[in-house]
Amino acid sequence: MTIARRTLLKAAATSATVGAAGALPALAQSTNEIVIGSLHDLSGGLDVLGKPMEDAMQLAVEEINGAGGLLGKKVRIVTMDPQSNMQLYAQYAQQLALKDKVSALFGGITSASREVIRPVMKRFNTLYFYNTQYEGGVCDRNIFCTGQTPAQNVEKLVPYVTKRWGKKIYIVAADYNYGQITADWIKKYAKDIGATVVSTDFFPLDVNQFGPTIQKIQAAKPDLLISVLVGGAHMAFYRQWAAAGMNTKIPMASTTFNNGNEHIVLAPAESQGIVTAFSYFESIDGPVNKAFVDRWHKKFGANYPYIGELAAATYQGVHLWALGVTKAGTTDRVKTIAALESGLSFDGPSGKVTIDPATHHCTLDIQIAECVDRKWKILESYKQQKPVDTAAVCDLRKNPAENKQFVIKI
Amino acid sequence: MDYFAVVGIEILNAIATLVLVSIGLAIVFGMMKVINLAHGEFIMIGGYAAITAVKLGVNIWVAMLVVSPLVVGLLGAAIEWLIIRHLYGRMIDTMLATWGLSLLLVGGVTSIYGNTTIGLSSPLGALDIGAYKVSLYTAFIAAVALGVAALMYALLKFSRFGLIARGVMQDPGMAAALGVSPARIYCATFSIGAALAGLAGAVLAPITGVVPTIGVAYVAKSFITVIGGGSSILTGTLTASGLFGSVNQIASFATTPVIGEVALLLVAIVLVRLLPQGITGRFFRGRI
Repeated sequence: MTIARRTLLKAAATSATVGAAGALPALAQSTNEIVIGSLHDLSGGLDVLGKPMEDAMQLAVEEINGAGGLLGKKVRIVTMDPQSNMQLYAQYAQQLALKDKVSALFGGITSASREVIRPVMKRFNTLYFYNTQYEGGVCDRNIFCTGQTPAQNVEKLVPYVTKRWGKKIYIVAADYNYGQITADWIKKYAKDIGATVVSTDFFPLDVNQFGPTIQKIQAAKPDLLISVLVGGAHMAFYRQWAAAGMNTKIPMASTTFNNGNEHIVLAPAESQGIVTAFSYFESIDGPVNKAFVDRWHKKFGANYPYIGELAAATYQGVHLWALGVTKAGTTDRVKTIAALESGLSFDGPSGKVTIDPATHHCTLDIQIAECVDRKWKILESYKQQKPVDTAAVCDLRKNPAENKQFVIKI
Repeated sequence: MDYFAVVGIEILNAIATLVLVSIGLAIVFGMMKVINLAHGEFIMIGGYAAITAVKLGVNIWVAMLVVSPLVVGLLGAAIEWLIIRHLYGRMIDTMLATWGLSLLLVGGVTSIYGNTTIGLSSPLGALDIGAYKVSLYTAFIAAVALGVAALMYALLKFSRFGLIARGVMQDPGMAAALGVSPARIYCATFSIGAALAGLAGAVLAPITGVVPTIGVAYVAKSFITVIGGGSSILTGTLTASGLFGSVNQIASFATTPVIGEVALLLVAIVLVRLLPQGITGRFFRGRI
């Protein structure tokens, strides 16, 4: 087959016209809407965490648009599903920054995924919000962390449970950075109040047989057990603990229990009496949270399993970003960061959340609650806890060019 | 003293678990030389079948001991008919096909049940041993493992089916000349292997819960056990489970669970280096 030059030219001209026509509406759209990115695992092993976070973004943006949008523009979310796969995190983060040119990206669940996204956002000058409870220490002016860190929840949980149950602690934890570092924090706060950690056992995320550990815990005879276990396989621990009849013998506290809806998935007897500390519980009393839960159930159905810590932090993160943009009067990244650094706060479902300018983490309320018949009964409430762990190593006002995650020496 | 009793029970538990998760694979691999990479997914489906049956109001013991093996056994027969029978004698192709099948099963179950862990509560209470408490369910798992081993031994050694099956595995051509249909025997054997995997999944569901991806947690261990055991199906599985289970638990008690896993794998490597044909390639030769 031969291709005449004329046909070829004609074809090229047609496709060029079509291409230009296709590009036009896209250009028109970008002037009357603000695009943000959502990058949470909606499939794969972490989807139980990621789905409520995506829903939280949808609700927050619906509210912002319902109130007239931002700077007179509608906010639109571009959602990508990294499928619990780090390679896809890198790929989609680049795509959202370069192709969709998002004004801000919200996402990442594990610390590993955050450390994949963070450098990409830094390189392409895109504002990044990380809305998960994590081990603390990230120091980077381009990121805002709206979740709790150990100095906020562990610092309250350890004194409470040792006072209630005794001073001999046994820790079981997930074997990756969150579990390791949180276990160190538990040891530190235990030492501060004269309690002792008799032993710490770490488990890879796929371990689901805990027989020897349950016997070792019995041999050590601790006053209480603290669980920093993470994920579906580790949920087996609570079943085996209860099956051995230990749930009524040695009390348990946890920094993670309920992030994976453990209290709904497990039988009521298996989760009864477990004490946790989080910034957000669905059962927080107060008009702001009640209205939030109502709106959530109206949008996503009354039988939504549970709105957890990560969903509330994501919801609050989007609203904080919107406040920053409103204050800056522009979606320009540098000006928005400056506005957020003015100490903006948002009255969210978990209480008042204020951005700490020095660390880009949040000052927030912490609650201690006990699981009673699959519901969380709030026992204690601590207002306005500062992210002192990250603050000990990170001051972005002094060193605005800092760009790393500190491993905090405890 | 109590502590040693408790350690002993946990070792027994680990051995019983290994026997349960590997015996189905041992039958399929040992008798048919088919490497079934979807074995873990058969276990997973067994767990889901039991949980679904219980939710539909079936008695939990019936669900675990009857419904699950039946469901997965039928599934196994269907898969043998659709896929495996076309691939006999092509080991690499079988691996590829069953690996694809495992991905398909994980995806299919995820789309039906979602990706969240679901489970049952252990139906038995706890037992006091001195100052320690152990789950009575542990004893049940050991009993099921023992029962399965005894049943398979009786089936292969004393029944007419066992005799024919062993004959077919040794020489399909001769068996066919004597009037046996090898195709039917292959299908039945694969189905029995699948049913045993389903049973394992159901019996373990109350202590581990199930997620669509749980098969991965079992498939490596069951392969190690089967390879470590060698050519004799039952003797191999029992001896290898005994060795690996003891090493894993003793190391876990002495150090940490992570070291326990490492010790198991180290022993497996050394074993395969010293006895490339597995334990029964050297000892207990010629047993079932």
